[in-house]
Amino acid sequence: MTPVLWVEQTLNGVQLGVMLFLMSAGLTLVFGIMNLINLAHGSLYMAGAFFAATFTLWTGNFFLALLLALAASALLGVVMEYSVLRRFYGRSHLDQVLVTFGLILVVNDVTRLIWGVVPVPFGIPTFLSGSVFVMPGLPYPIFRLAVLAVGLLVALGLFLIVAHTRVGMWIRAGASDRVMAGALGVDVPLIFSIVFAAGAALAGLAGLMAGPITAVQVGMGEPVLILALVVIVVGGIGSIRGAFIAALLIGVADTFGRVLLPPALGSMVIFILMAAILAWRPRGLFSAHG
Amino acid sequence: MDKFVRSWLAELKSYAAIFALVAVLACVPIVAQLLDNPFLIRLLTRAVLLGMAAVGLNFILGFGGLLSLMHASLFGIGAYVVAILAWHDFNMEPVLGFSGTSNVLIALPVALLCVGLAAMTTGVIALRTMGAYFIMITLAFNQMLYYFSISLQTYGGGDGLQILSTLTFNHFVITSRAQFYWLCVAVLGTVLIVMHKIIKSRFGMILQACAQNERRVKALGFAPLPYKLVAFVISGLIAGLAGALWAVGQGFVSPADLSWMRSADLVVIAVLGGTGRVYGPVLGAIVFVVLESVLSGLTPYWQLPLGLIVIGIVVFLKGGLADLFVGRRHA
Repeated sequence: MTPVLWVEQTLNGVQLGVMLFLMSAGLTLVFGIMNLINLAHGSLYMAGAFFAATFTLWTGNFFLALLLALAASALLGVVMEYSVLRRFYGRSHLDQVLVTFGLILVVNDVTRLIWGVVPVPFGIPTFLSGSVFVMPGLPYPIFRLAVLAVGLLVALGLFLIVAHTRVGMWIRAGASDRVMAGALGVDVPLIFSIVFAAGAALAGLAGLMAGPITAVQVGMGEPVLILALVVIVVGGIGSIRGAFIAALLIGVADTFGRVLLPPALGSMVIFILMAAILAWRPRGLFSAHG
Repeated sequence: MDKFVRSWLAELKSYAAIFALVAVLACVPIVAQLLDNPFLIRLLTRAVLLGMAAVGLNFILGFGGLLSLMHASLFGIGAYVVAILAWHDFNMEPVLGFSGTSNVLIALPVALLCVGLAAMTTGVIALRTMGAYFIMITLAFNQMLYYFSISLQTYGGGDGLQILSTLTFNHFVITSRAQFYWLCVAVLGTVLIVMHKIIKSRFGMILQACAQNERRVKALGFAPLPYKLVAFVISGLIAGLAGALWAVGQGFVSPADLSWMRSADLVVIAVLGGTGRVYGPVLGAIVFVVLESVLSGLTPYWQLPLGLIVIGIVVFLKGGLADLFVGRRHA
């Protein structure tokens, strides 16, 4: 491999990593605080992409469309939580898996009903299209660089909120021991609703940024959902720091695995990595539950 | 002596539901003949094989308390091994030094061996963890095997693999859909009886105890892991057996058979039929397959009502359909 290829693949890997982090952040906190397995998190990712594509078409303003799409994703998350998931906090994981699987089927078909089966076109504005030379001999798409920057900024912001604010402290307390946090006066249900809505918006953000790179179509959320599950299992459930490190690890490993190894092995690298890490630490790298 | 006969009769009675179910299933080809509706046999073959896979899944789900989302991949391994061996036989290319085979009686044990090895390796890692971790890890393993099946370019990659040679059972060739269906029902019946026996055995008792309270099981001096691992492998083998028969019946395998959505379907089937009984998933599979066929005939958006039904089941029907037929087990 040439140095140019190394730099390019590293950028790709980190970019996939921050995208996975946006997906995993909400998922790991939702799981950490309410012990809820939400397979429908991938639907929020998909919804983000569809909303952004449609709002761009309607408003003609890219940034306005982004804001609207984020709000719409958060709203969808709130509706999902309030109407269905709220009833399932105390239920078994089996019930949670079934009900969120049911939600996936419903959301997928409703999306198909509204937008049709053909991928929805989602153009990027002209100032973000084209590429720049990040080093001699390596042109890199501006949009991908923007995704990278937004992802890292959001990750930094999230880290500051979770690690250095009062709300963040409540969130961490809820994730490590919900009952104890509640006994100490933290309004856990309220915190949880906020976390769920924020997690939905982050998943929507990941989706709308992935939209122009991949394709905006039904079922785009599920492969990412499973990668995000790998991330939170490797990082340790309930830990934002674990999710960030694991997301970068998985993103880079997946990208390089596909370039360096034969295809049969390359597609399996991250799962083998997961198995190895779990064989070593069954509760992930940084579990929030002691 | 009288006591012996009575206990024997009592045991026979505990099989009554299984015998009745198999007898009803065995009559389907005759009904299909009378109604002049051969589609019924295809539909029920699908139900019997999906049901068999779900019975395997339910062995660890309903009795071991372990929710696995990788059973579609084990099902798929069984199917792929049969198809790959037939491919090598058809193309006269040796595989790992052996010639391929279209003899199902040889391919089946090989398929089960592969499924068993896959279940054992993944099981050792997955079972070290608990609860939600187990669910997510099995889901990840399912996806890993799914991508692996797509990467098999020689064997059709994402398009799947058609079985071009004629599959035989030694020298016997299955000629009609009904014959194959009866074979599947017979295998299903055997699986149900064996499962029933295992669950009533000492091994089955310990497995169920692990699901209820692992700490107490340890306190009684049993190590839970070996029991759970053996149960996981048995459960995978049954799914793999269903998959191998699936390949024989369809003459075609594809990565879609390994998708994680299919794994979730199997969980839905098991819960729909009732996880508390060995034969519950078979009832679930029949309802699921009929539902799928009716809904997809009505509308291309059939997953929407299916999803709503799944949500409805979780909210309202806790013991599955078996409860509707036989009444609650834990009164």
